[in-house]
Amino acid sequence: MSMTTLVKEKLGIVPLVEGDKTYKQVTEEILKPTDSFPTSLWWKAFLLALTITIVDIGIIGYLCYEGLWILGVNNPVGWGFFIVNFVFWIGIGHAGTLISAVLFLFRQGWRTGINRAAEAMTIFAVLTAATTLIIHIGRPWLGFWLFPYPNNRGPLWVNFRSPLIWDTFAVSTYLSISLVFWYIGLVPDIAALRDRCTHKVKKMIYSAMSLGWVGSNRAWSHYEIVCMLLAALSTPLVLSVHTIVSFDFAVSILPGWHTTILPPYFVAGAVFSGFAMVVTLMVIAREVFNLKQYITLKHLENMNKIIMVTGLMVGYAYGSEFFIAWYSGNEYEGFTFVNRAFGPYAWAYWIMISCNVLSPQVFWFESNRRNIKVMFIVSIFVNIGMWFERFVIVMTTHRDFLPSNWALYIPTFYDFAMLIGTFGIFFTLFLLFCRILPIIAMAEVKTVMPHAHANAHAHKEVIKEGVKH
Amino acid sequence: MYWFKKEQFHTYQETTNGVFGLFDTPEEILEAAEKTKEKKYTGFDCLTPFPVHGLDEAMGLPRSGIPWISFFMGLVGCSFGFAFQYLTHVVDWPINYSGKAYNAWPAYIPVTFETTVFFAGMSAVVSLYALSKSNHGFRKPLHPEITSHRFALWIPSSSDNFKQEEVVNFIKSLGAKDVTVVK
Repeated sequence: MSMTTLVKEKLGIVPLVEGDKTYKQVTEEILKPTDSFPTSLWWKAFLLALTITIVDIGIIGYLCYEGLWILGVNNPVGWGFFIVNFVFWIGIGHAGTLISAVLFLFRQGWRTGINRAAEAMTIFAVLTAATTLIIHIGRPWLGFWLFPYPNNRGPLWVNFRSPLIWDTFAVSTYLSISLVFWYIGLVPDIAALRDRCTHKVKKMIYSAMSLGWVGSNRAWSHYEIVCMLLAALSTPLVLSVHTIVSFDFAVSILPGWHTTILPPYFVAGAVFSGFAMVVTLMVIAREVFNLKQYITLKHLENMNKIIMVTGLMVGYAYGSEFFIAWYSGNEYEGFTFVNRAFGPYAWAYWIMISCNVLSPQVFWFESNRRNIKVMFIVSIFVNIGMWFERFVIVMTTHRDFLPSNWALYIPTFYDFAMLIGTFGIFFTLFLLFCRILPIIAMAEVKTVMPHAHANAHAHKEVIKEGVKH
Repeated sequence: MYWFKKEQFHTYQETTNGVFGLFDTPEEILEAAEKTKEKKYTGFDCLTPFPVHGLDEAMGLPRSGIPWISFFMGLVGCSFGFAFQYLTHVVDWPINYSGKAYNAWPAYIPVTFETTVFFAGMSAVVSLYALSKSNHGFRKPLHPEITSHRFALWIPSSSDNFKQEEVVNFIKSLGAKDVTVVK
């Protein structure tokens, strides 16, 4: 037994993978859901999500045919549910990158159990957000106009001084970098799937997907560096993405939007909502796929701690916004915030406060942080609260500088359909992912297993003596 | 001078001709790699289900050179991003948007940053793809358990002082369970 193992035992540090498993067991248990026939629970969930998606696609078709007038967007609220949904889903995505990149750089071994699923969540959330972005422009078939390309209208270029174009670049870079980061992580696991698979067609598909990975250390040595590079690049990237999303608001000159606090406030909120979504999904996944020894209470507890911290940050931002509005002495700014909290949208504001600021406070107590029911309910509350945060930010422009222009945003059936549709798209993709690919990064989990670690550590001393530098 | 070396861009070599032995634990493969290096068998490889820490040193592999590629491509991306915005807005078609300067460079920073990250990240991935020879999807693995729980030491017949029987005995002496000759 090595030193580290002894120290860990003395300090009562529990292993990240419970049940004292061998590598073979890990492979088999993690890959099991991918080669057995889906359970009826999965089918029910999948068919529900698929139905919602298909209906949603139909409604999107009708929306394109009729135009955006069938939504509630009007003067003075020109940005409706679409932008709310967009910011919400982009925000959800951020937790995946935080887990796979930021926690990687901080050498947090526990992230290995959840990073694959969280990264998949990122990609699907960003894709969902991108569909919202494309539909909201009204003529989605001209969506490519968002990108600068040589055209025969001059060429007329996009306006790079506009935050909406920054958004196009930020979201597409984010999507592509997250996608390759996720896929690189998948390659060794797909290779494992390929090697244990006997079905001919399946084997062919896995072979093609595994890019000929055989586990050579000459490849691993580049592989690990590339993962580190991508983590180091994704960290500022993820901050930039939600900063730029917040610029969509902050660069305008509307009271309530034109504030410097928006970028950090949006990033904290994004991480907050994203972690809540990870908890929601992981609590379900560990039950359904019987992965309780891989996604342990320790993982969930750590995530709950992050939810609480970011929740406090978001709460601080709400308070600070109010204070600055008063302290600035600007009456328009002051009115906007009083109107948010006590105007016609007060209900939404207080839903936001109670879900985002009050509900995570239960995590001060360890018993709550480790209680599956409590964390599930809180994570749902946080998701609701964060959707309402964006709702509040967008809708409370309903009382602008001209009182005769004042009105409320009345969402129509189509607004709600688009909102529900995004959940359909997201869950369809996520459920498919759970069936087809290993939802735990197997190769990475093996590196943090107690014996892998202890052995490698004990051996390092031997190596150091042996190697002549 | 701190500069990259050619060896840092080591590539995966196909395992078509040679001998391999299977081990059960990461420490065994570390030791085996160490001893193989001492024996001066060149071009040998270790195949593992997960990255084993310390194996690069044990095999005598230098640190990967991909960060250099990524760094220079990042610079390219940065210049490209800024130049694109400058050339379109100042040179090709200057448009006066609410009296703002044509070269409103602070507004070009976000997109410049994104193109930098895109070029740096994608070039790292493309390099990994090339150096690990990933264009060969239907490559036959040595043994199906290597990607799950076993560790292989591979000595190719192109190694210096390769004599098949000697190598087989050497790998056996390291404690390998199964030793197989591939031809």
